[in-house]
Amino acid sequence: MTKDKQQVRLGADIGGTFTDVALEVGAEMFSAKVLTNYTAPEQGIVDGIALALDKAGLGFGDIDTVIHGTTLATNALIERRGAHTALITTKGFRDVIEMRTENRFEQYDLDIVLPAPLVPRNERFVLDERIDAGGKVLKAIDAAELDALVDSILAGGFESVAIGLIHSYVNGAHERQIREALLAKAPELSVSISSEVSPQMREFQRFNTVCANAYVKPLMESYLRRLVGKLQGEGADCPVFMIHSGGGIISVDAAIEHPVRLLESGPAGGAIFAAHVARRYGIDRVLSYDMGGTTAKICLIDGAVPKTAKTFEVARTYRFKKGSGMPISIPVIEMVEIGAGGGSIASIDSMRQIRVGPHSAGSEPGPACYGRGGDRPTVTDADLVLGKLDPDGFAGGKMQLDVAACDGAMTTHLGDPLGSDAATAAFGLCEVVDENMSNAARMHAVENGKELGEYTMIAFGGAAPLHAGRLCEKLGINELLVPPGAGVGSAIGFLRAPFGFESVRSAYVKLSAFDHAAVNATLAELRDEAVSFVRSGAPDAEPVLECTAYMRYAGQGWEVPVNVEVRDYAAADEAVFRKGFETVYEDLFGRLIDKLDIEIVSWSLRASSEATPAPAVEVAQPERDAPRDTTRRIFDARSSEYLDAAVVARADLAVGTRVRGPAAIIEDETTTIITAAQDVTMQADGCLLIRSCA
Amino acid sequence: MTSKPLSDVHMQVMWNRLISVVEEQAITLIRTAFSTSVRESGDLSAGVFNRGGQMIAQAVTGTPGHVNAMAEAVGHFINDIGRDNIFEGDVYITNDPWKGTGHLLDITMVTPSFRGGQLVGFFACTAHVVDVGGRGFGPDANEVYEEGIFIPIMKFVERGTVNRDLVNILRNNVREADQVVGDIFSLAACNETGHRRLQDMMDEFGLADLEELGEFVFKRSYDATLERIAALPKGSYDNVMRVDGYGSPVDIAVRIDVADDHILADFDGTSGPSPLGINVPMIYSKAYACYGLKCALAPEIPNNHGSLLPFLFEAPEDCILNAQRPAPVAVRHVLGHFIPDAVLGAVHKLVPGKVPAEGAGALWNLHVSARPRQDEHCPADGGQRAEVLLFNSGGAGARQGLDGLSATAFPSGVHSMSIEATEHVGPVIFWRKELRDGSGGAGRQRGGLGQVVEIQATEGHEFTFNAMFDRIDHPARGRDGGEDGQPGAVLLDDGTRLASKGRQHVPHDRRLVLQLPGGGGYGPRTERDPELAARDKAFGYVTED
Repeated sequence: MTKDKQQVRLGADIGGTFTDVALEVGAEMFSAKVLTNYTAPEQGIVDGIALALDKAGLGFGDIDTVIHGTTLATNALIERRGAHTALITTKGFRDVIEMRTENRFEQYDLDIVLPAPLVPRNERFVLDERIDAGGKVLKAIDAAELDALVDSILAGGFESVAIGLIHSYVNGAHERQIREALLAKAPELSVSISSEVSPQMREFQRFNTVCANAYVKPLMESYLRRLVGKLQGEGADCPVFMIHSGGGIISVDAAIEHPVRLLESGPAGGAIFAAHVARRYGIDRVLSYDMGGTTAKICLIDGAVPKTAKTFEVARTYRFKKGSGMPISIPVIEMVEIGAGGGSIASIDSMRQIRVGPHSAGSEPGPACYGRGGDRPTVTDADLVLGKLDPDGFAGGKMQLDVAACDGAMTTHLGDPLGSDAATAAFGLCEVVDENMSNAARMHAVENGKELGEYTMIAFGGAAPLHAGRLCEKLGINELLVPPGAGVGSAIGFLRAPFGFESVRSAYVKLSAFDHAAVNATLAELRDEAVSFVRSGAPDAEPVLECTAYMRYAGQGWEVPVNVEVRDYAAADEAVFRKGFETVYEDLFGRLIDKLDIEIVSWSLRASSEATPAPAVEVAQPERDAPRDTTRRIFDARSSEYLDAAVVARADLAVGTRVRGPAAIIEDETTTIITAAQDVTMQADGCLLIRSCA
Repeated sequence: MTSKPLSDVHMQVMWNRLISVVEEQAITLIRTAFSTSVRESGDLSAGVFNRGGQMIAQAVTGTPGHVNAMAEAVGHFINDIGRDNIFEGDVYITNDPWKGTGHLLDITMVTPSFRGGQLVGFFACTAHVVDVGGRGFGPDANEVYEEGIFIPIMKFVERGTVNRDLVNILRNNVREADQVVGDIFSLAACNETGHRRLQDMMDEFGLADLEELGEFVFKRSYDATLERIAALPKGSYDNVMRVDGYGSPVDIAVRIDVADDHILADFDGTSGPSPLGINVPMIYSKAYACYGLKCALAPEIPNNHGSLLPFLFEAPEDCILNAQRPAPVAVRHVLGHFIPDAVLGAVHKLVPGKVPAEGAGALWNLHVSARPRQDEHCPADGGQRAEVLLFNSGGAGARQGLDGLSATAFPSGVHSMSIEATEHVGPVIFWRKELRDGSGGAGRQRGGLGQVVEIQATEGHEFTFNAMFDRIDHPARGRDGGEDGQPGAVLLDDGTRLASKGRQHVPHDRRLVLQLPGGGGYGPRTERDPELAARDKAFGYVTED
């Protein structure tokens, strides 16, 4: 198994276009990228693994651990390819998942279409029962009505059933009673209940989450079982683990039970990758920036921990706009995603302004410069016109870029209508997409009460290194790290993730009526659940516990996260919570409000095994300058003109070698652009450290 | 660097940045506000202005009701404060319904922005606060004096010093003093955020003032808007829509005159003012009229001085959409929300096929005051008093190619609140909140469904509520042969009919039942796609065969 006593660990990420594999043998990394196989995703993984093993000279039997993340669950939701699912809910609330927030996500468009609910109206069943906000039963379940309901569900031929009742996050007894009644008659039926999948207040989000879980459960179960079987068939009898949306590792069995937790696990891997780099360098505040072919994703990482949220939105149907998708209430690494990638297409609007995205030329036909029939100007085309990409050196020279097609697209669709040459049009395109990304980052920081000026950026993903330097200029960020292996960042991130699980629960506590026993009971429940998930993957782990209380002034609608200790609290500890809240609140908003009661709305508790070690890297200061033997003309945005830029192969840079901007650091997978106002120094671990020379 | 196309690129980037600055301003406010309607429905706005007080950019928020109000606000402030009296470190305030956004509950604040000692522009923001004293948020006042404290345009901060007298007066005239004063400081802080971001941006781009950028924004926006107007057939197009009003029906009459370089919406023929608080100041009427026109004719052009310039509005002084002081105006949103439907009816004659049928229009905002019963049934622990505010939406009108949106707000941009969260706020139980079967107007495209809400006080409690509901006597009309949506109804669960406006009591053993109106249909029902008709039946969207 273990090769020369070195651990052999493998991370595999199935994305929308590519399946990435990162194989770590001791300190060495071997990677592979294959096209995602939609009909048999597990075959794609096995193909990728075989490629990576080949490079390392190993076989399937040598692998010690496989850690896997996938967008398959997300895609099933987007493409509506899930199971035939029924929803059982409280009488009077049949339409919660259809009425949504009664809101139009786009104020000025008269023709918007709201996303259809996952379960259509005639497959939503109601039961005359009711539990109040305090958990008390107002209406018990009538046995005869339940019997009849079970019969109609079974008669409906459903593959999966979701149960979501009002206030079940306080008292899940009715949901469990219904599940038992279903399983008594149909033991094989797949049943998901909201008090287990997502015990959080707010019925629309919770019901939708349990529906999503039920909807993807049969599909994911069958896929994961096939994958494990296939790997065993190839000779890999090592354990297989899954990465979840919150960035921790869980067992395959836990993932099968709660497949909704697998949503967005790929992007989560990217954030863990960046957090690991941050830990190596001891950087406290990091903005991770991942840009691929279709979208850019941004995440705040403070204290080497990616920022998490309790709810997010998947499957946005309208220009990535908030509110146009479906909400999922589970712990998740919080990211802003905008329609800005290498393939994003530019056009001119009615005010003769350049707009970029969210439509993407994807990989087929791809940007105009790919010469595969794409005739619209994209971000990649602009990068080529501006000299950031070398037409002869793309993908290590394996793919010749078509400069004429690129110029043609740029001129026809942007230059001519604007009365400018291709270069100015390309400059405008790049500035607009960079501005869009930096505005999204700034807005995200504001929403979280942060100032980006204090942050370091860590950039990865194929297109990010081309744009990161300019983004830093726009955001006032002075340090940028571009780690090696950035093309398979998520898969590498999987290898850095701890065994970890975050449990979340809504449980109201007013500090004016502080009930320490209730608080202790909630914490104990959360701890037991989270720890048992961790132990399902790492039986011997002594997990580290971190708890967050979500608190606000009574009457506010926005809670602030307050870190609290996991321990037994006494009645007098009301003061501990008050002080914790006031410190965070003042930090965020600059003032406190006298005389108002404070309430805790919900809790989250994360249990995780020790983080994987991150050997410290001493920052290498520049000792010598690289020769500027090769140059090409690259457009520098800040100076608004073409300058002579040094072109240096990343592989040729020794530790401590500096290149002054403007420069292009080239490698097969991508090119890192250093602006005229920056320089770059190679680090001991292969990272490029880019700094602004003020 | 100086070529025209190149400088255009820089201008565009700065324009985008300014929009981002005002969005940041708005988010800062949403995060810190107490007012439910700010948090949940985005009842706020934020904007940046040049030295002359012309609006360069405005955040897109949940309410179209602030569009023109925001654009005109700074002009009023400059006039009333006086140019010579504007200093660095000042912050101005008002809740004047006629110079702000139509009722006393909205507070507008303006902060001059200085750079190197020179005035470069202004930041303004508006938010709906929790309380302004008076009768509270309801339609029952006969004069604006009864509706709360009136703050004329004045300085809240002068050269960095807060006007403590004003704070003291406010504290003694509103119900939730800490929250209201807190929100006022939030408004000031949000302008400050905008100011700081603007300074960063001016540093980055080496700008001394905003004048050239403003001219670029105005010109591009104005030209784009004119281009749209030029493509329209010239002429006059009119429409009249009747709604319930308070006590007597109200006609909203509008005529749209399309000229080469402007569109005029004239409300001549609209009903006279009401003795009760449903009157609308002109500034708010303009905003919703403009929103209706822009949705249909130029939706993607952002709001600024240039894009708003070609839209003109007139209304007789004695009409309910141009109410004069001291008319009561607290629930001006009810009629305000109907203006877009009235305007779109005229737009349909101008460009057929682009606009939806009529919809439920005004939100059914439910303000509940729950109390413990004052008899032997009072809960042992004394029970709970609470004010609960809930937004509910009826059905929207069908579109030419699409069914109407069910239970979705239009024109307002509110979000509804979670039932579970609301039941934690006060002693109320919701027994039902779901789509109202059969309420959408039939047609080739069906109108959106309304909804049914049933609410009761918890054991030992009872409640009163402020009704401000409409389309009970006058349903949303269908378009081009489409049928009308179902009208709304306000009932007790024993069938007793309640009034559509004003304060009313619900006994402890009864449920309040709200049946919200549906949207109008589009085109004859005989032309409906049989597959859609079958789906509607299977889903129970329709109740008849």
